[in-house]
Amino acid sequence: MPPVLELKGITKRFPGVLANDHIDLTLNEGEILALLGENGAGKSTLMNILYGLYQPDEGEVFIRGEKITIHSPIDAIRAGIGMVHQHFMLIPVFTVTENIMLGAESVRMGDFLDRPAAAARIREISSRYGLEVDPNAYVRDLPVGVQQRVEIIKLLYREANILIFDEPTAVLTPQEADELFVIMRELARQGKSIIFITHKLREVLDVADRIMVIRRGAVVGETVPAQADRQTLAAMMVGREVRLEVEKRIARAGDVVLEVHDLVVTDAQKQITVDGVSFDVRAGEILGVAGVQGNGQTELVEAVTGLRQPVSGSIRLLGQDVTRATPREIIELGTAHVPEDRQRDGLVLSFPVAENIVLCTYYKPPFARGVQLQREIIYETANRLIADFDIRTPSASTTVGSLSGGNQQKVIIAREFSRPIHLLVASQPTRGLDVGSIEYIHQRIVQKRDEGCAVLLVSPELDEVMELSDRIAVMYRGKIVAIVPAESATKSYIGLLMAGVSPEQAGAPQEGERIVESTF
Amino acid sequence: MATIVVHRKWEAVSPTRQRVMGLVELGSALIMLLVFTLKVQPGQMATFVMTPGGLTQGIAGNWVVPAFSTLMALTVVNFLLGMVQLVRGFGRWTNAVLGVVVAFFVFSFLTWATAGKSLNLLGMLSAAVLLAVPIILGAFSGVLCERAGVVNIAIEGMMLMAAMVGALVGSVTKNMWMGLLAAVASSVLLAWVHAVLSIKYKINQIISGTVINIFSTGMTSYLSSKFLQTYQELNNPPIFPRVPIPLLADIPILGPLFFNTNLFVYLVFLLLIILQVALFTTRWGLRLRSVGEHPKAADTLGINVFATRYMAVLLGGVVAGIGGAFFTLGSVGRFDEMMTAGKGFIGLAAMIFGNWTPLGAFFAGLLFGFTDSVATKLTILGTGIPIQFMAMAPYITTMVVLAGLVGRGQMPAADGTPYEKE
Amino acid sequence: MSKPENKPDVGKVFLEEVTRPPVNERVRGWQRVGRVLLVPALAVVTGLLLGAVLIILTSESVWEAFRVSLGSGLVTAWNTIVQAYTALFTGALGDPVRIVQAFQSGDALEIRRALNPIPESLVNATPYIFAGLAVALGFRSGLFNIGVEGQLFMGAAAATYVGYAVKGLPGFIHMPLAFLAGALGGAVWGFIPGWLKAKTGGHEVINTIMMNWIAFRLTEWLLGGPMTRPGSGGLPISPMIEKTAEIPQFFPAPIRFHLGFFIALGMAWLVHWLLFKTTWGFDLRTVGANPNAARYAGMNITRNIILAMTLSGALAGMAGANQILAVNRSMALGLSPGYGFDSIALALLGNSTPVGVILSSLLFGALRNGATRMELLRIPNDIVSIIQALILVFVAAPAIIRTIYRVKVPKEAEEAVFVGSWGGGNK
Repeated sequence: MPPVLELKGITKRFPGVLANDHIDLTLNEGEILALLGENGAGKSTLMNILYGLYQPDEGEVFIRGEKITIHSPIDAIRAGIGMVHQHFMLIPVFTVTENIMLGAESVRMGDFLDRPAAAARIREISSRYGLEVDPNAYVRDLPVGVQQRVEIIKLLYREANILIFDEPTAVLTPQEADELFVIMRELARQGKSIIFITHKLREVLDVADRIMVIRRGAVVGETVPAQADRQTLAAMMVGREVRLEVEKRIARAGDVVLEVHDLVVTDAQKQITVDGVSFDVRAGEILGVAGVQGNGQTELVEAVTGLRQPVSGSIRLLGQDVTRATPREIIELGTAHVPEDRQRDGLVLSFPVAENIVLCTYYKPPFARGVQLQREIIYETANRLIADFDIRTPSASTTVGSLSGGNQQKVIIAREFSRPIHLLVASQPTRGLDVGSIEYIHQRIVQKRDEGCAVLLVSPELDEVMELSDRIAVMYRGKIVAIVPAESATKSYIGLLMAGVSPEQAGAPQEGERIVESTF
Repeated sequence: MATIVVHRKWEAVSPTRQRVMGLVELGSALIMLLVFTLKVQPGQMATFVMTPGGLTQGIAGNWVVPAFSTLMALTVVNFLLGMVQLVRGFGRWTNAVLGVVVAFFVFSFLTWATAGKSLNLLGMLSAAVLLAVPIILGAFSGVLCERAGVVNIAIEGMMLMAAMVGALVGSVTKNMWMGLLAAVASSVLLAWVHAVLSIKYKINQIISGTVINIFSTGMTSYLSSKFLQTYQELNNPPIFPRVPIPLLADIPILGPLFFNTNLFVYLVFLLLIILQVALFTTRWGLRLRSVGEHPKAADTLGINVFATRYMAVLLGGVVAGIGGAFFTLGSVGRFDEMMTAGKGFIGLAAMIFGNWTPLGAFFAGLLFGFTDSVATKLTILGTGIPIQFMAMAPYITTMVVLAGLVGRGQMPAADGTPYEKE
Repeated sequence: MSKPENKPDVGKVFLEEVTRPPVNERVRGWQRVGRVLLVPALAVVTGLLLGAVLIILTSESVWEAFRVSLGSGLVTAWNTIVQAYTALFTGALGDPVRIVQAFQSGDALEIRRALNPIPESLVNATPYIFAGLAVALGFRSGLFNIGVEGQLFMGAAAATYVGYAVKGLPGFIHMPLAFLAGALGGAVWGFIPGWLKAKTGGHEVINTIMMNWIAFRLTEWLLGGPMTRPGSGGLPISPMIEKTAEIPQFFPAPIRFHLGFFIALGMAWLVHWLLFKTTWGFDLRTVGANPNAARYAGMNITRNIILAMTLSGALAGMAGANQILAVNRSMALGLSPGYGFDSIALALLGNSTPVGVILSSLLFGALRNGATRMELLRIPNDIVSIIQALILVFVAAPAIIRTIYRVKVPKEAEEAVFVGSWGGGNK
């Protein structure tokens, strides 16, 4: 019998990049195939081609031995291909039923929606595959894990047989991820074929039947979990030996730099999202904040950096009360901030590199004399930092928007780290970057710590938090449920705390269970 | 990236807004007391005529009220509502209560101005309905476009063009239906330009809209001074007459207002029902809204984002065209340069006020029509306020609405964002 | 790395300023000037061509000629266009034949009349420079000021008032005072929507348009009431301003060329300096390009939005003051043939840079001036608005130009203009 899916010689070029280079791939019925590769390796491009969102420059697609061409998602859906996207394709203001039926609506009397009929089918699918969900709930009210279930039901509703999961665990707690793996195995058992895209080694070894590794747009190897381990996979993926752990000395914590007491913050909708949080960060230590996204970390960081006014509580920086201070006052006290969304908050994409480098200091000597900008000095400084921080850019006058993600992040790092600082607030500093950049940024953060800077690190990537932090604070629904010394924290323990299990129930972490994972 | 949202109340009224609204409402009561109530002589009566002039169907008796006690009563009610609003708020009814307070305020203004005189209230209201027609149609056009994710500030230009073409073709063919058809066609043509520029070429939708507005202003003025002003017979279209609906037209008050009026008013009602039902209960509506909320999601489910947006903008053009035709074929019977006078933009404000729903836009449009009509009528009563200041009322109301004093709803998430298919 | 090593000649520098950011690859020299001017130039040509089509389509004599025969129709059409655009050209730049004849006759008045079109085009361009700078400053700060027309009216009203009501001042105080009053009038009218945008999120596009209508009504009332000319019988017209408030004209009648033109150039330099050479301009541009990043970097968004709208309004007010003090000398309702709206087109045509604004203002001023000559041929001067709208389409969507002329046009980065969200407060 021919395989369910076969890709032959798929090639896709983007201006300046060969995203996919003659990729061959086969997928058998009831199989879970892991597609492993680091950010930017070309996995998502390949899957978007398969789903009809991109057109390949060369290559053929066969479904059960039959050659097909996929011009649009409609063709893909018709061929039984479904995709759970990394960023969910859900409409928050629609109900679960509306989201699922969209594009394949049940109608009566011409064009009127038949919501009950669709809901009934959703319930049927739910019970068959163990995907519990309320069809009448609005998607905006659902937790991420349930939203993902909605995405999966969307595929099953369209009777897809080939399911693509694009980085599905990025937004889940370890426990939620485990639940997802159970669901995936159940789907495979019932005859669905699954392609699982990821850059996380543990997941691949846990759930896949077969592993394909992609690097720089080309397949570099294929194996099965029984014959692979993390070290070899990592080397295949990156193309060289990688250090899975960041080298760092034991922290020598000094004086308290940041002191947060009983802080309450609301979000744009005036809902309380940080609910009575207290902690401090000392000079020379990294406090990592772990938690599933949307548990108040964003608002906490915004409050600490002055971007959001707290409702109550206090923030002290170097002994000074900064609860109501403006962002500029806090910056001038020696705070650096690496924001979670670099393109939205950290950079002005249409400005040249040089202007982005002085974004926080342009108004001070030597960059300005009175109100006059000193263009010469700004460009000299920029050129120096471009060299120091190894920013790959044609020149200091190139717009930042045309740089790669990693280099954009380096522009921010250069700007924030080149000032004399006492506190570094880093929010998801390695989001979406390739291994080289991740290593680089991690080293820089640890280096800052060793220089005596207090570091507040916020990341939904539990691995990253565990790897870098000296102490770990876990946030759940706006509260810090526990602060654990890094050396006694285990992944499962932190994962339980992140999922809302109280520290007592989660049980004290056991010695020897600590596993440090690489971030990718 | 998706976030956890737990039991978030989206319609929540912020404490600040609650307090500001309370203070505004109390302020209205204070003005009513000091400026209106205490300024009328005791015993003065206000006479409201409840049948528009020249009608023989649906006649209702005059409504004579004692000015002072009416004003006092209204003041007290507004005061109480304001207090409750300030102290505990009305939650989701906040906007409705504000509507009541404003209505009472306006009514006491009228009572004060009418004290010792007589005012044709129903005449004013039916004028309000007619004045609201282009605003409501503009708002409907906006709802169609923006629900699909295309901001359309070209509605003003589309209406202006439709008004002129309607007058021209109506005059030439001596047929108002041909005029209406041509008006709609011209508006759709401009809508198509907007669609091509903003959907295909992805140029900034505000700029695209502005281009069309400038073009329309130039084109209508050009053709008007070249032809319409020189040959008067080219600017004398037949107008749609008043059509009483049997039986319904005989109902007092409601009959003259809604059932013995212009074809355009009936069209507004028809469109209101069609749009409200179609947007929220049909497959067509679900797909249209999905494109305005999350075009990429719609695309991954096989919905043609571009085609859907084109369709929405073109339909918006049809509706705006009808609204434009109303100026010349529905009311005045003549085209004047710049005669739309910002009605298209006021329509957009009505759309925002109405929370991007046809029903909400309808009521918001009526409110704007009402302020306009109050302004016109009051100059006749001679309140001493210059006519130009009265004419500013709709513009100022629009700005107040935009300032969010009356609360802003949830706009389509992808509104104004061109869709990139990568 | 890429500091300008040597100073190229002035003309090149001047034109390169038009092409200041955003350009990615820094192609330098004339080649780049050519590449950047290509789209605006083709846009103007295309606009004029389409305008010609419109003139033919709306010409009675052409239709009549076509009724006679195809040939005579085509000939008449061609003649109509030649006549129209000859009128436009000579109206804008002067008629060489007439100039030669005037010099031969030696009559001073006739010479001035023959030479007048060029200075008159500059007179027409002057309000455009002010108004175009107003829009460009807004664009650079991420704001779409469609309220220039209303701000211009308020500026004109304020300048008029100070111009006739204040008496006995020497000219070197009175004129600047009246001019500044105009700037202030416009600034107030810009401040209001700016404040509303910054504090409530009310979108400036709708608010400035509403402010336009309010300004029209208000000036109508002012001119018919408190500011009316005694003995005008309630007509909406103001008294004549004092001699001391007048912006001086340089030549005897009919040449109206005046000092205002140089004030406008000065303002262009000032805006350029402010936007690109100062920390304030850095603030404004950052807020305009990415308000989130601006906030993150410690800039005060509210203050910058209000500042940008106020400055923009002040520039628009200067346009109004300029017209009153230098040209009209009293205020009536027909003050502006749409300077405010045209300025949107010319700011975009000039890529929202001060130098670009000057160049496109010169073009638009010439067009407006030439259009008065076309009116004699029964072609309403609104044709200019139509041509401008067409030019704007092609400038905003260079892809169309690329398709029509099959030329390679560099893909410029998008203008820094906020897109469509109505409710800043919601986001």
